[in-house]
Amino acid sequence: MNDAAADGAAGAGVDGVIKASAHRLLQRWGAAGDAGPAAARRGHDGDAGFDANAWAELQQAGFALAMLDEEHGGVGVINAFVIARLAGQHAVSLPLAESMAANRLLSAAGIELPGGPVSLAQVPARLERVPGGWRLLGTAARVPWGRCSGLVLAATDGARRYLAHLPVGQLSFKHGTNLAGEPRDDALIDHAVGAAQVAPMPVGLGEDPVLAIGAALRTAQIAGAAQAALALTVGYARERKQFGRAIGSFQAVQQLLAVMATQAAAARVAADLAAHAAVDGLDACRIGIAKARASEAAGAIAATAHQVHGAIGFTRDYALHPLTHRLWSWRDEFGADAQWAVAIGRRLAGAGGERLWQELAAL
Amino acid sequence: MDPLSFPLLPSSTAEEDLRTQVRAFLREQLRERAPIERAQSWSGVDTAFSRRLGARGWIGMTWPKRYGGAERSALERYVVLEELLAAGAPVAAHWIADRQSGPALLRFGSEQQRARILPRIARGECYFCIGMSEPDVGSDLAAVRTRAVRHGSGYRINGTKLWTTNGHLAHYMILLARTGSESTERHAGLSQFVVDLATPGVSVRPIRIPSGEHHFNEVSFTDVDVPPESLLGTEGGGWQQVISELALERSGPERFLSSFTLFAELVRVCGARPSERTALAIGRLASHLVILRRMSRSVAGALQAGLDPSVQAVMVKDAGAVFEQEIPEIARSLSATDDAAASDAGYAAVLAYTTLHAPSFSLRGGTREILRGIIARGLGLR
Repeated sequence: MNDAAADGAAGAGVDGVIKASAHRLLQRWGAAGDAGPAAARRGHDGDAGFDANAWAELQQAGFALAMLDEEHGGVGVINAFVIARLAGQHAVSLPLAESMAANRLLSAAGIELPGGPVSLAQVPARLERVPGGWRLLGTAARVPWGRCSGLVLAATDGARRYLAHLPVGQLSFKHGTNLAGEPRDDALIDHAVGAAQVAPMPVGLGEDPVLAIGAALRTAQIAGAAQAALALTVGYARERKQFGRAIGSFQAVQQLLAVMATQAAAARVAADLAAHAAVDGLDACRIGIAKARASEAAGAIAATAHQVHGAIGFTRDYALHPLTHRLWSWRDEFGADAQWAVAIGRRLAGAGGERLWQELAAL
Repeated sequence: MDPLSFPLLPSSTAEEDLRTQVRAFLREQLRERAPIERAQSWSGVDTAFSRRLGARGWIGMTWPKRYGGAERSALERYVVLEELLAAGAPVAAHWIADRQSGPALLRFGSEQQRARILPRIARGECYFCIGMSEPDVGSDLAAVRTRAVRHGSGYRINGTKLWTTNGHLAHYMILLARTGSESTERHAGLSQFVVDLATPGVSVRPIRIPSGEHHFNEVSFTDVDVPPESLLGTEGGGWQQVISELALERSGPERFLSSFTLFAELVRVCGARPSERTALAIGRLASHLVILRRMSRSVAGALQAGLDPSVQAVMVKDAGAVFEQEIPEIARSLSATDDAAASDAGYAAVLAYTTLHAPSFSLRGGTREILRGIIARGLGLR
């Protein structure tokens, strides 16, 4: 891709080869890629919720382990975030980002990786000591691909924080979907967990690493979908003719697209910030800033994409809805912009107006 | 470059050490500077401050040492600029010379022009203004009517420039004038000149804004004779020169920090435990600022690396102006229902000042609609 040189200039080791092969594979399976908009309808029909062949190929290529460092079989955090962005760009309907994140946390905690898809719970659960091990209690709401994945969650016994893993098949999920038709499942948790599936939360990852890592990856996915929506919309504006000329030749449309592009750029920069924050101990301040900005951009981008496309953008067979429905869904997952903004605002207010610049310049 | 690409290297120790030094300097220099003065941002004039800044080597920082510069990196320069603006330092006197005119002299000027002028700019002693807009010429810059005809060995200039920021303080103007005939293409036949404003025939008339402040001027040229060495670059090359000048200076921290004093005042008056509504607004504004800053720093670094981030630069300016204009609207909305804010005179003064000046943020240096047209061109739409 033509920004390979620019990625290289970032100096953070984005590997062009990894990026190219990820692009090829994800394009094959993505609902905005070769799999087509039909791939976006899985999950509506109460089925397994994902394409097992697609998952097998990505797992074979090592993508579920991508966020581990190289000595553990991954390609490092920065490259993994590029993969997440590409997965967003192609609207891949698989628990890929979730598995990358979950495996990263499991590895850091010293819990054996289960193999197969693994997802994340956005809210911590309670752990109780019982004879022979632990009992895990709580509610897992809107778990991405919960029905067909293992589950990684944060948990606390009231004194310490832990990372816990529930293997696939243990929980009884009530099926649901997000706006993009991706499985988002609910379960009550009241389960015995073996000692090997619980470990102290790794230090240096902040207060809520599961939320932070999920938010960071969603930021990357939003950036990818934003880029694809922009490209699709600009392409459409150049092709579609009305009044004897391309609709993109009208200033009113050009102005809309210019604003859309700037929002997509902001989302992209937010994704870069999130990736670097993920390297730097899952810094929740930066991740929150990034997720907030990308979530806000997502809405603006989806709206303009539909406005420029007109009626065709509203049809099931056209490639726009896999992107815009994901933008609308992902902006609310792992913390909507409003939630992160409140947290950031409270922190800055506590620091005071005189410190505002110091605080912001440090991020 | 891909318009969505904003590569950014992490900041270096040199940059962070410099930041510490600049902050210490500003704490000392601006101790007495009240928020209402800081709110002027890069419109505040203080020639003594400019000279002190120059003495520290912080004007013309990236220029060759033989011209009075310090040969520092673009990102180091960025650190100084953003710290100055965030602190509301009075940089207006030397700002244009440092940001636009000096770089133009470096790019297109003769050795004589550079050797004579750049060191004085770097010392904070020599100030410039920009001669582009005219009564009939705003966004349509190619329609410039001010004429410079060959006269003796030099040129004779006639015409009027408008909205000339600090025309009353500047020593020189970089003037865009028509040297060729108006017949052929619009962009041909334009030239730039470094005009000594003390030359007979130059007359400066203030234009006051509603607050009574004097920043803008009308500068008239009546048979102003300038020597041949006042030509900047090539005769007829003015359009290309101007375009590159505008493009490169569109993306700095001044494009999103114009309302920063108000943002900081808002956080101050809302106190350490604001309402959820206020916290949300502060956090949202912070998220915009952090991302804009990252985009802006990326452009500075990309320029230094020899890339061409022209679309990115315009995106920064456009998004920056939107952000700057939102701040007074959001602040007003929040403080309308906040007793602490309502009773704080300092905050009220900054809010008023920023509100009155906000319309200019999307006009100066390229209007919003023109900038968005440039982005659209970058997307292949025109």
